[in-house]
Amino acid sequence: MRIGVFICHCGSNIAGTVDCASVASVASTYPDVAYATDIMYACAEPGQDAIIAAIKEHRLTGVVVASCTPRMHEPTFRKTVERAGLNRYMFEMANIREHVSWIGKDMEANTNKASELVRMAVSKLRLNRELKPKSFPVTKRLLVVGGGVAGIQAALDAADAGLEVLMVEKQPTIGGKMAKLDKTFPTVDCSSCILGPRMVDVAQHPNITLYAYSEVESISGYVGNFDVKIRKKAAYVDWSKCTGCGLCTEKCPSKKSYDRFNEGVGPTTAIIIPFPQAIPKKASIEREYCRQFNTGKCGVCAKVCPTGAINYEMQDEFIDAKVGGIVAATGYDLMDWTVYQEYGGGRYPDVVTSLQYERMLSASGPTGGHIKRPSDGEEPKDVVFIQCVGSRDVSIGRPYCSGFCCMYTAKQAILTKDHIPDSHSYVFYMDIRSPGKGYDEFTRRVQEEYQARYIRGRVSMVYPKGKKLIVRGADTLMGTQVEVEADLVVLAVGAEAAKGAPHLAEKLRISYDSYGFFMEGHPKLRPVETNTAGVFLAGACQGLKDIPSSVAQGSAAAAKALALLSRDMLDSDPQIAAVNVNRCVGCRKCIEVCPFKAIQEIDLRGQPKAEVIETVCQGCGLCNATCPQGAIQLSHFTDNQLLAEVEALCRF
Amino acid sequence: MSVLKEKELRVIGFLCNWCSYGGADTAGVGRFAQPTDLRIVRVPCSGRINPLFVLKALLGGADGVLVSGCHPRDCHYAEGNFYARRRLEVLKGFLPVLGIDPRRFEYTWVSASEGQRWQHVVTTFTANIHALGPASFSPEARELQILNAAAR
Repeated sequence: MRIGVFICHCGSNIAGTVDCASVASVASTYPDVAYATDIMYACAEPGQDAIIAAIKEHRLTGVVVASCTPRMHEPTFRKTVERAGLNRYMFEMANIREHVSWIGKDMEANTNKASELVRMAVSKLRLNRELKPKSFPVTKRLLVVGGGVAGIQAALDAADAGLEVLMVEKQPTIGGKMAKLDKTFPTVDCSSCILGPRMVDVAQHPNITLYAYSEVESISGYVGNFDVKIRKKAAYVDWSKCTGCGLCTEKCPSKKSYDRFNEGVGPTTAIIIPFPQAIPKKASIEREYCRQFNTGKCGVCAKVCPTGAINYEMQDEFIDAKVGGIVAATGYDLMDWTVYQEYGGGRYPDVVTSLQYERMLSASGPTGGHIKRPSDGEEPKDVVFIQCVGSRDVSIGRPYCSGFCCMYTAKQAILTKDHIPDSHSYVFYMDIRSPGKGYDEFTRRVQEEYQARYIRGRVSMVYPKGKKLIVRGADTLMGTQVEVEADLVVLAVGAEAAKGAPHLAEKLRISYDSYGFFMEGHPKLRPVETNTAGVFLAGACQGLKDIPSSVAQGSAAAAKALALLSRDMLDSDPQIAAVNVNRCVGCRKCIEVCPFKAIQEIDLRGQPKAEVIETVCQGCGLCNATCPQGAIQLSHFTDNQLLAEVEALCRF
Repeated sequence: MSVLKEKELRVIGFLCNWCSYGGADTAGVGRFAQPTDLRIVRVPCSGRINPLFVLKALLGGADGVLVSGCHPRDCHYAEGNFYARRRLEVLKGFLPVLGIDPRRFEYTWVSASEGQRWQHVVTTFTANIHALGPASFSPEARELQILNAAAR
């Protein structure tokens, strides 16, 4: 074998703390190395051309590039060697940037470690074999999990391009958090007016099948061919009969149910249609509040329903579907702000969350668009907004900025003035974060045109005094303490990943961070892909973002899904398990451990043997470590290849 | 020369590609300084790791072996790390029988987002190995070493 070794400087990223030339000269002494050099930027066009030229000139049969992480540029260099006529698997990478030059400044130790990592790569490469992919057919259907604005955008874009789309939404209606908003910043246009038509489009699109009040039960399979089981939760109303007339919700005698859609601002009935523009506009029964379920006596809704749609015996239904790609768009939830005792910890009814306030502002909300104090129904004159309640607060383990609170608070202050012209708004803030198109102008307008008083400082306590709430805080610009007598306090509560997001991530086999947000493939270059092929991300589930960004990411996810599903056949990764039938004793251990059911038993001249279904195998190597005979080996990560790396480290 | 004399010990890591290798990358991108002793072998999944790899490394002269995978329930291949956990736990219990100090082997879980945690894991493990010093072998382990070398 003739191996070429290329040590990348990566500008000064590697060369700053690694002596690349001496790594190259050490590498030239390794077995089978025919050529070794250092190179300024291996991934740049001149760098790749130099590798190709060297392959041809020195008749190389394998290449090692020592540069950044293979998770970044392994695909790049595989294509490079392929362009020079080598098989793409006759290539290895040594990670001397993320694992060497960036984590220490000791030139001597780094140079030595880099040489060792190259030795490992060379040792492994000497045992590499040419591998060829197989192709398999793709299911041209997309699953979108979550029916908020990001999911809606992804679904519509994909469906408009001709793809069949299944949308699964946990709540009885799609629309997500945006449907709860009254207006949107920085234009102050009506949220439901711009979202509503999109929701209708989802319902009416011939390519979209909507499963509302449903959840993803399980997912198996792999890119191009996922098997999804959807649990359609029992609504106790036959939606094929329900016309959404709302008679049941008028007559329901259980009028003290928690109103999930309206964030608990005012009670609702046990049988509900979340809001007038709900899609689908169908009723569902909240079992925990229903008299029929709790006492066995009522049945009012069944009596009044003109179509006989009520069915108390209804059970959860399961739907099996095959899809080629999945977009996760599960959004966010507000954190539990009652951990903050300084704001009353939930004891004072007139301390509300921004989302509750949004429902008070909305004409379709429980107060009919009139701002009323929850305690006595009076119109508040002095409204205090407190920013960063659960954002940028290390003390409760939330160091991150929720990103959109500064903007919606400015909007809410404007709306407050619009609703109650003689009102005064006070905003306690840490910093005003408004880096968007027209955003900073908007936050200025609320202060200059709407006379909202912005006070830079934290609130130390909120306590009741008569009918009022005293808000005491610091004004750090004036260097004084301030007290405001408020009628209503609105908390800009920090957002977190949607409840259940980690659970879904586990089903999708994607990673999530310590806050429950899903991990993108690369923070800059692969923002909507995940490390699981065929699974894409849209909206706040990946990291908090406002409506414009969520919509943009929804479209981006659809574009990525379309690129994947526009192909009839996909190439399977050839780094999969292979059975040596001479060594296989047919013990079935590999069949038992395989998480993908990718191994089957075959009969070979009367002997039971294992056989790998090549397009199903995902290349985890679980079987390899299980096989007592060493008969099943994971290509490209065989026992011998891995042990060669170990030996390269131990022997010298 | 594999490790710098007086400065480094031989520490080998087996890391799964999807979580811990990514976590080590994240640590690098974040410039979280770490000791230079560790050399990382990338494997697709912690479930790919045959306990024999660890044993061969320790008998072959590694002063410490660190295995890291995805957090339980967060495996890219659904359940590989559950198998890894069982195998490696058994291995840890078995090492003293072979005359190998079990403190020279550790397994842990680090996700791709946990750069800082990776820094902590590497720093602590390397410090522990330095506290133990270079590997020394009991007579039982010596015998195994000879067998291991003969099998090459």
